[in-house]
Amino acid sequence: MPGSPLLSIRGLTKHFGPVEALRYCDLDVPAGVVTALIGDNGAGKSTLIKAIAGIYAPSSGQIFWEGKEVQIHTPRDADELGISTVYQDLALCDNLDIVQNMYLGHEDTKFGLLNEIDMEVETTKLLKDLSVFTVQSVRQLVGSLSGGQRQAIAVARAVMRDTKLVIMDEPTAALGVSQTQLVLDLIKTLASRGIAVLVISHNLTDVFAVADRIAILHLGTLISSGPASDYDTASAVDLITTGGSTRIHSPLASTP
Amino acid sequence: MVPIIIGMVILGGYFQLRSSAFLSAGNLTNLFIQSTPFILLGMAEIWLLLLGDIDLSVGWVTAVGAAIGVILMDTQFHWKWYLALPVAVIATTAIGALQGLITIVLKAPSFIVTLAGSLFWEGVALYLIDDNNAGGTIPTQGGAIHDIVNSNLTPLVTWIFTLVVAGGMAVIVFNKDRARRASGLDSAPFFETVIKMVLLLGMSIVLVLLFNTNRGYNTAFIHLKIVGMPYAVPIVIAVLALYSFILFKTKAGRYLYAIGGNVEAARRAGVAVNRYRLLAFAMTGFTAGIAGLVYASTLGGISDGIQGGQLVLYGVAAAVIGGTSLYGGRGKMIHALIGGLVIGVIFNGLALIQTSASVEFMATGLVLLAAIAIDAVARRGASAVGR
Repeated sequence: MPGSPLLSIRGLTKHFGPVEALRYCDLDVPAGVVTALIGDNGAGKSTLIKAIAGIYAPSSGQIFWEGKEVQIHTPRDADELGISTVYQDLALCDNLDIVQNMYLGHEDTKFGLLNEIDMEVETTKLLKDLSVFTVQSVRQLVGSLSGGQRQAIAVARAVMRDTKLVIMDEPTAALGVSQTQLVLDLIKTLASRGIAVLVISHNLTDVFAVADRIAILHLGTLISSGPASDYDTASAVDLITTGGSTRIHSPLASTP
Repeated sequence: MVPIIIGMVILGGYFQLRSSAFLSAGNLTNLFIQSTPFILLGMAEIWLLLLGDIDLSVGWVTAVGAAIGVILMDTQFHWKWYLALPVAVIATTAIGALQGLITIVLKAPSFIVTLAGSLFWEGVALYLIDDNNAGGTIPTQGGAIHDIVNSNLTPLVTWIFTLVVAGGMAVIVFNKDRARRASGLDSAPFFETVIKMVLLLGMSIVLVLLFNTNRGYNTAFIHLKIVGMPYAVPIVIAVLALYSFILFKTKAGRYLYAIGGNVEAARRAGVAVNRYRLLAFAMTGFTAGIAGLVYASTLGGISDGIQGGQLVLYGVAAAVIGGTSLYGGRGKMIHALIGGLVIGVIFNGLALIQTSASVEFMATGLVLLAAIAIDAVARRGASAVGR
């Protein structure tokens, strides 16, 4: 169905026993756009991305991928659709170099043996494409990289195999100023290459710096979503904390 | 690795000053032979150390393998060597795999499971040895097990073998450099590689000259000529080459490093973690079996006096002295070769200058402690240093 967003969620609900973590959430994630998912602790951000990533099966609701309804029961299902998730812990092996981490689990082989040269060439090319110029050598051990570089490697790995949607959980948490800038630039680069990016963040400065669309969760309900230009820091804070705002800068909302 | 090699050279120099026999062809060949069980046990441990695991039963599993080999071939059944030796190694491989399976199924620490294993296999080894009604000793009788360290390649074959190994390594290294340059990747300068390969060739030639020097007795009455490389040396080199190949060139090897580095990352990348852990346990058992046969050869059989509990410590020591980390994810098979030779130099040298056994133990303990200190500092000083 042309024109439909890459990922559409309709009426997604998730119970953990009697606890309702998500209630009838609707969310659209278009391709080539950075969507920021924001909300207070316990608002259900992690539950929502884990439902998309195939870690939690939703209790009810529908997920549409490129206009077709899909079932995502396992991380492998998500992987096959082209959904990659970069969790906060990054899941990198410090004792392996960049190339080895990038290809971990998907090694390129020739006659059954590791094809180091092709993997190194491809890694160098991909990192250059993504403008991750700051690493000296792709044969550096990942343990020797800075926080931002590690994040960049984890993201680059997530997009290297026909990925259409990258989900990032707090990509800039615990990063310094220049490191944060590196990661934000990388996120913009991904979107400009047509990849859909869904970012969870607590840092509203970073959200407004990078997001094209914003979706706000409050106590398990997706209370508001739209173009980032509809919101400012004050209205976003209102929505995150109280679930409502009189200050939304949307054409539909009244401006005082 | 370089400081350890320098340390070994200093130790060797000291022993040579104290006893001029140390650097004789006969003694150095003997040193290699003495070191082979430590080297093999070190390689056995490295399979598990890479995962952050350890096998404390390896000494007694080695004894079980040795006992099975000697009983099948020499003392009771007189099987052909090509049946008896594989059966012994298959048995220890199965023991390793079984312990791995228990560790994985129980989700228990490997050192506890293999500690239990150590006691159990000690019992099995003593049962096998004592049940032969041979007074607690089962000797080899001049067959293949006896020959591992007591028979030699002819001088010509020693030349051919050594030059083929050195030449093969040179071809591999030059080919790798050439392929990297062809793909536009940076590689070591051509000149640097040439120097390394010339050094390798020089070392190989020295080794051949050493092994081909007559180390037999030559008196007015006896003219005994003993020349050539003992079979144990090519066995160790073949095992080292095979294992290094698996670790560096196959997915299995890559996954073992990944699991040792970050097991959760490996799992999320789709690595079947338990399958590769089981493989590592089985490889430890396999190597312990080979070590057992070589050890039985150096001892001329196997007795119920074998110190299985100490052997495992020498295996771990060899790996760690060579540079393999106890914390997982960092290590190479060549480390066992270096570490095993260091232990061999200490044992051989101290025996030559006629110190008591007490000094041997203290010296080995201190060297191991130094190696562990280096490992701990290397780990703290950022994982930036290469594995």
